[in-house]
Amino acid sequence: MAKSALLKSSIAKKVAMALSGLFLMLFLAQHFFINMTSVFSSDTFNSISHFMGNNPLVQFVIQPILIVGVVFHFIMGFVLDFKNRSARPIAYAKNNGAANSSWASRNMIISGSVILAFLALHFYDFWVPEMVYKYVDVSPLDETRYFHELVAKFESPVRTGLYILSFVLLAVHLNHGFSSSFQSVGFNNKYSKGLKNFGLGFAYVVPFGFIFIALFHHFNH
Amino acid sequence: MAQCQSTFDFRLYDFQTKNMKLTLKIWRQKNAAAEGKIVEYPIDHIEPDMSFLEMLDILNDELIMKGDEPVAFDHDCREGICGMCSLYINGEAHGPDRGVTTCQLHMRMFKDGDTIFIEPFRAKAFPVIKDLVVDRSSFDRIQHAGGFISVNTSGNTIDANTIPINKKDADTAFDSAACIGCGACVASCKNSSAMLFVAAKVSQYALLPQGRIEATDRVLNMVSQMDAEGFGNCTNTGACEVECPKGISLENIARMNREYMSASLKG
Ligand code: SF4
Ligand code: FES
Repeated sequence: MAKSALLKSSIAKKVAMALSGLFLMLFLAQHFFINMTSVFSSDTFNSISHFMGNNPLVQFVIQPILIVGVVFHFIMGFVLDFKNRSARPIAYAKNNGAANSSWASRNMIISGSVILAFLALHFYDFWVPEMVYKYVDVSPLDETRYFHELVAKFESPVRTGLYILSFVLLAVHLNHGFSSSFQSVGFNNKYSKGLKNFGLGFAYVVPFGFIFIALFHHFNH
Repeated sequence: MAQCQSTFDFRLYDFQTKNMKLTLKIWRQKNAAAEGKIVEYPIDHIEPDMSFLEMLDILNDELIMKGDEPVAFDHDCREGICGMCSLYINGEAHGPDRGVTTCQLHMRMFKDGDTIFIEPFRAKAFPVIKDLVVDRSSFDRIQHAGGFISVNTSGNTIDANTIPINKKDADTAFDSAACIGCGACVASCKNSSAMLFVAAKVSQYALLPQGRIEATDRVLNMVSQMDAEGFGNCTNTGACEVECPKGISLENIARMNREYMSASLKG
């Protein structure tokens, strides 16, 4: 089969969407564990952040892969959504979607768009200043700055509110996305039910954990 | 001999005919090129034990008596096996009941005074021909692309039963083969995806030794025909599985995805 036909195929796109989603969930899990340390020990958080921010493997290999993964996932999400909408040019006068599917599964584009908007804010908040600090200003290494930078961001109730809203939508997105990505890569067997439950746990624990961290720093600064 | 046991208590059943008065909102469209619209029809004297199609027959009788054009709708066997009847009823393919086609849907699923929307199955790949009748030949073309096995029938056909097949695979293949090609999966899917149908057809053969011989080409060709027909892409909402009158499960789609990926690597 010609490789171009494979890349154009609906199933290949679906699998690619699932694999990028799975990769982003792994990233999310590690980000969650690192942020959680900020609640317990500023020193631990500082030293892990310093490692992540200065290790060449993380900076020049993993970080670009992550950025490509994020960009791919959202561009593909929009492309597929557009294609799928055009597959039904005339809408039903009456459609009872709730009778057969969850709101989360039908509205991944909405939850995804909110997460994308959040990522823009997050880049503006953390990634851009970090890049300026390290590569534009070439400021001196300071292994203790990370914790204060984090806490400072959560002083504003507006920003904390926006973070919370985004994480609620992230929970909705993961609610469908976790089990969906396994189904897409062809994993559907006797373990699927357990995996789905684990996915539901993940979909709530991680986003609400992030919300807890944001509120913790907001009220403790 | 096993005794026939009925849990139905006739003393509790109200044999009085209950008449239902309904308002039907039906999609009317003269032909494929014409613009269509929803037209309202009041209807009376509908009994709960009637099938949905009988109710439409009554409406059509009334329309013909009045000299109006009857509503065109698809049907054939009227016993849930041919897949011909379609209809999107009150926002669901084949209406609100589960595991049934429209011909098996009974009016007892509705209440006196209800308003019922009746629309054609909607998808770019299922264009409307007239009123509620849609062209589902895109499914036929997908089948032609690979939904078969090649058997030498020149007088020396080998009996299928000479190849032993384990019970589990035979049963699973049979479950997949139960698909009647009705298109409810496409109609219910927010993306108008045909994956459940194609997955059922791919699975039915993939599970049997007779089907393995052409398995690689089959899945590649059927999927590429499915894409060419303009169906949308599956996002695993699961609506198809819920609305499928034959209980075709999402496991079939996962199997098709596996088949497709391994076929792509081989092919
Ligand atoms: S999979 Fe189910 S809903 Fe789809 S065509 Fe077959 S029988 Fe109809
Ligand atoms: S008319 Fe044959 S399945 Fe309904």
